[in-house]
Amino acid sequence: MTDTPFFSIRDYRLNFETFDGTYQVLDGVNLDLARGQSLGIVGETGCGKSVTVRNILGLLPSPPAKVISGEILFEGRDLLRISKSEMQRIRGVEIAMIFQDPMTYLNPVFTIGLQMIDVIMAHQRNKPRSEKRNRRQARDHAIEMLRRVHLPNPDQQINNYPHQLSGGMRQRVLIAMALSGNPKLLVADEPTTALDVTIQAQILDLIAELVEELGLSVILITHDLGVVAKICDRVAVMYAGQVVEYGSIEELYDTPLHPYTQGLLQSIPHPEKMMDELAGIPGFLPNLLNPPVGCRFQDRCEKVMAVCKTSSPVGATVSGSHNVACHLIDHGDGDA
Amino acid sequence: MLEVLDLDVNFATKSGKKGAVTRAVNGVTLTLEKGNSLGLVGESGSGKTTVGRTVLGLNHVSAGKVMFDGERTRDKAGQFKPRFRSRAQMVFQDPHSALNPRMTILRSVSEPLILHTKLRGAKLRQRVCELLEIVGLQQQFLYRYPHELSGGQKQRVCIARAIALNPELLVLDEPTSALDVSVQAQILEFLKSIQKQLDLTYLFISHNLAVVRYVCNKTAVMYLGQIVEQGDTEEVFNNPQHPYTKALLAAVPLPKSGQPRRSTPLQGDIPSPVNLPKGCFFHTRCSEAIAGRCDNKPVQNTTLPDGRQVRCVLFEGDVSQARETAGLVDPV
Repeated sequence: MTDTPFFSIRDYRLNFETFDGTYQVLDGVNLDLARGQSLGIVGETGCGKSVTVRNILGLLPSPPAKVISGEILFEGRDLLRISKSEMQRIRGVEIAMIFQDPMTYLNPVFTIGLQMIDVIMAHQRNKPRSEKRNRRQARDHAIEMLRRVHLPNPDQQINNYPHQLSGGMRQRVLIAMALSGNPKLLVADEPTTALDVTIQAQILDLIAELVEELGLSVILITHDLGVVAKICDRVAVMYAGQVVEYGSIEELYDTPLHPYTQGLLQSIPHPEKMMDELAGIPGFLPNLLNPPVGCRFQDRCEKVMAVCKTSSPVGATVSGSHNVACHLIDHGDGDA
Repeated sequence: MLEVLDLDVNFATKSGKKGAVTRAVNGVTLTLEKGNSLGLVGESGSGKTTVGRTVLGLNHVSAGKVMFDGERTRDKAGQFKPRFRSRAQMVFQDPHSALNPRMTILRSVSEPLILHTKLRGAKLRQRVCELLEIVGLQQQFLYRYPHELSGGQKQRVCIARAIALNPELLVLDEPTSALDVSVQAQILEFLKSIQKQLDLTYLFISHNLAVVRYVCNKTAVMYLGQIVEQGDTEEVFNNPQHPYTKALLAAVPLPKSGQPRRSTPLQGDIPSPVNLPKGCFFHTRCSEAIAGRCDNKPVQNTTLPDGRQVRCVLFEGDVSQARETAGLVDPV
């Protein structure tokens, strides 16, 4: 890593404080992203992948969320500790976010043009007077952005309401809206989960195109291991609030080392080959109100050892950028 | 065992032009033999769920018929005959909304038994215990409510309820799409094992091609209410013939390294079933469409030498011959 990384999360711990007690939702998350790269975060429901990225833009209400330790560094600034007005200057302008269900993030009673112009006008606040756009220019910019995401007939579509567009077109509008502030980093939280495979392929192709042509950096959250393999450079696998394995696509898919990653890869039926048996992973996610001492995966792990029940594994670099948090690796008797 | 012949299902549209109808299913013909699993795949809006619901008599039929063991499932007035109800059952996509939140698991699973059998009291409870055992749940779940169960457990309860009356056919409508992959793997394994154990026949509806490949030995691909390709799963996946099947398979991102970032996905969206395209329904998005032919003349089903059925002009007599002489045809 260079001295000032583009984006990095360091030892991030976060709790949810509720009436039931304290949920230890994130436990020491470390991630890095270089400019122009795309990082995928995968994991099952409740593993903390969305929570990790929501607070990049300060989107988690506090209480219940409470940051215990760590920092989220974006070009040298710690996003967990900057002021609200500074965050507003970053939100949407330097870092933009898109979400899973494009219908719930668009207001059904306003045209998409109006909603896009509002976003663009909000971004004018902190610009020098000479660069400020008026509403007419903002509208032209909105049409240009819709054209950028290949929405057919943007100058007519801009007057339509969200319900007049299909799911794929709505997701394009959200991406156009996110791009309108010319961000450096795009955070996409399950952007294609609500879409059909053919439409998903169109949106993934669009994101890959934006990375290639605009030099955009992307953090993509998904539960689909296929989506990550398709468009990301690096991938982090999360389990119960921890990053258990982290590496390049080749490192992680060709030689998965953590038993959870191996289990996940053996759980998915492969569209290209005939399979006789799916392994699955028995058991459930541990209760984060009272997480087990030691490794959080111990109860579901086939290769559990005595040491797993007493101490938490620390992430260790295996080779290159491949990082695994498992005692099998520390002890050198893994099947690596 | 199950035969669907030239099925049409139309729905009246509530708004829009007077008399406009949504043509959800257009001439679907399929047969399913005992002990087989047929996967019905396609994008949303392709009519796959409507076919499944119609088989169970949950929809009206506009034209065509559904036969069960050679017997029509509807009487002359178009009413679904009640005695077929217990022979075919359904498992829905979202197990959370398929279970009544105010009923215990015992009550939910015993409902079909109370309606269709004379089991009551201790015998009823014993039968529910047996069913829960088949789906791998312990007795302790009997008096729990759905909110106390995980998604995978709820789906097991739904399956227990569906097999309560010893049906022959199960219609599984996206049974694992609301579940995480590790739980999905368990449910799929389990579905395969009870199929053997109870000699069940599956009509498996899914948009997830990998899941269909894993569970089903037959596959039918639907587009806008028509089956565009059907045959043995291995044939359809290894050597897809219809341009839509090819595009659909190419769109699935694979969980492996070294895939090209960029590809040329299928353009556009699925057209509205209210205004069906003229000619072949797929010509608006097809890369191999022949102008003047595909957008004009309806396409027929062609049976290929390997027994597969494809609904595409490229395989119709005159066009396929012309392509063969031009050396354009891939070997089947």
